[in-house]
Amino acid sequence: MSDFRPVQMSSPVLTVRRVDSYHAITVVAPGVAERFRSGQFIAIAVGGEQSSMLLRRAFAVHDVKPDYGGTVEFLFAVRGKGTAWLAERRSRDLLDIIGPLGKPFPLPRDPVNCVLVGGGYGSAPLFPLAQALRRRGCRVDFVLGAASSDKVLGAMAARRLAETATFTTEDGSFGVRGRVTDALGQVIEDARSDVVYTCGPMPMLREVTALGVRHDIPVQALVEETMACGTGVCMSCVVPVVGGDGITRMVRSCVDGPVFRGERIRFDDVGTIPFDALGAPGWKARTDDDYPAREAG
Amino acid sequence: MTPDLRVRLGDIELANPIMTAAGCAGSGRELAQFFDIARIGALVTKSVMVEPRAGRPAPRVAETPSGMLSAVGFQGPGIEVFLQRDLPWLLSRGGRAVVSVAGGSPQEYAELARRLSDASGVTMIEVNLSSPNLAERGRHFAHDAGAAARVVNAVRAKTRSDIPVFAKLSPDVPDLVALAQECVAAGADGLSMVNTVRGMAIDPVTMRPAVAGGVGGLSGPAIRPIAIACVYEVHAALPKVPLIGMGGVRTGSDALEFVLAGASAVAVGTVIFNDPSACVRILREFEQALVDRGVGRAADLVGAAHRPPGPRHDDDHRGRPRGEGR
Repeated sequence: MSDFRPVQMSSPVLTVRRVDSYHAITVVAPGVAERFRSGQFIAIAVGGEQSSMLLRRAFAVHDVKPDYGGTVEFLFAVRGKGTAWLAERRSRDLLDIIGPLGKPFPLPRDPVNCVLVGGGYGSAPLFPLAQALRRRGCRVDFVLGAASSDKVLGAMAARRLAETATFTTEDGSFGVRGRVTDALGQVIEDARSDVVYTCGPMPMLREVTALGVRHDIPVQALVEETMACGTGVCMSCVVPVVGGDGITRMVRSCVDGPVFRGERIRFDDVGTIPFDALGAPGWKARTDDDYPAREAG
Repeated sequence: MTPDLRVRLGDIELANPIMTAAGCAGSGRELAQFFDIARIGALVTKSVMVEPRAGRPAPRVAETPSGMLSAVGFQGPGIEVFLQRDLPWLLSRGGRAVVSVAGGSPQEYAELARRLSDASGVTMIEVNLSSPNLAERGRHFAHDAGAAARVVNAVRAKTRSDIPVFAKLSPDVPDLVALAQECVAAGADGLSMVNTVRGMAIDPVTMRPAVAGGVGGLSGPAIRPIAIACVYEVHAALPKVPLIGMGGVRTGSDALEFVLAGASAVAVGTVIFNDPSACVRILREFEQALVDRGVGRAADLVGAAHRPPGPRHDDDHRGRPRGEGR
């Protein structure tokens, strides 16, 4: 199992470029690249050794290549001081990165039909997934959406990798006007999809999951919760998720996720502690010894 | 020359003074992916409570300059799972287990102490007094010297005599030295200082408090000078009481600073979130700092800043500006 442990390394930046309207950094990180499985992420320290910004920034891996022993590419939009610092990195600068982190997307054993649904740069982790699925002989269809055409990520790559690629924009500037869920139902029917893989903001994941449930196919959802450490110690990225035993727990999206079965995520309760979650105030009143595994964290 | 890093905390000895701070290292499992947890002086667990706890709603954490605000709300599995799963795992990896405990009443703390004493392998119990007192409508035990003393007394009474009990204090009190004296009088074998400092940040985008609870606990290098002052003053007042210093330790030099102020051991907290290997790096840097200064024993430096100024040995600093770390 030790091969799957994350590594911490000082990785030289190979390239900094723009991908659509996002920034993309490729680092040389052989230890991360060789362990990586799609759905996993990396956590990067920002601002240098004595930075006043202490929290690591987590990024989905957009691409892994064998060059220089192994490179990893991640995408981001500048949203604050940390990402602004990252956008200023240049070739040969060093980045303190940890990865690969989190549980990967489960891959089907058989060559089934997979539809991959992403919003904005949340689509990033779907590209290495598409490659892994293709290697297994799966049919891949893409549905990618964003607010406007410049925010749709990887349209060319999606067309190259997938049987079909459907695009949606809320302003109608590219593809179908509307949201991914406006196009997804038709794609599922046309492609006879067996499974949905999705990544993006919580409201989108909720709607995609609801559609998957209506079509009676499983949904693997990758959540993008804000993290502080990425390694499982800070307890900040928790999401209410129903376990196999029917009990809701506040689970860490960094180590228990970021990929969950969509129907297990309690979307309506994200950002709260559901009253019936294990260890919620008052939970004890409803239990005695019928909770075999009493684990909240 | 390899310096002797062993330190004493009451009746126990640690191989070196570097520990993790409660709530920043889980029970060691996550960090063990990055370094051998048997190498550090001790691993202080996340505060364990009697029952499982779901904690507080998100957002629980917000970054602030050189620090972090947090309001996690003691999410954890409860003592039963801790004893079945977490403690045996930590011990199996050769870790020294300092178990942090938190409760809503002195009785809950006492029950935790009893169950930890029945288990084998607990090196020390750290009493987290920054926990809401149910009888006082959620006022922290640490903010009331009488309540803090009752908790410490209850824990000491139920803890096996060979396990030291340390009380962890918050700097948000009008008279920290008085609180420290109360805790020692109630049976604390030593003190851990400091817990987080009350703080708040407001998100200008959402126009709401940055952590869901509103006020959170500030930690990280931003609070280091506050922590150093607390350790210095309490060591001056209670020079025989062993102290564990914590608050924004980022480098070996920071750890040395706490030792000079009077701490026998030093815990690394929030910086672990930034650098999961921080404890072993800081240990290495601390050892080098002793070598650079020609100091043979770490224990000799405990409280050294309290000594009257002697002749300066500028050579010992090897040309480094004061206060510079790695």
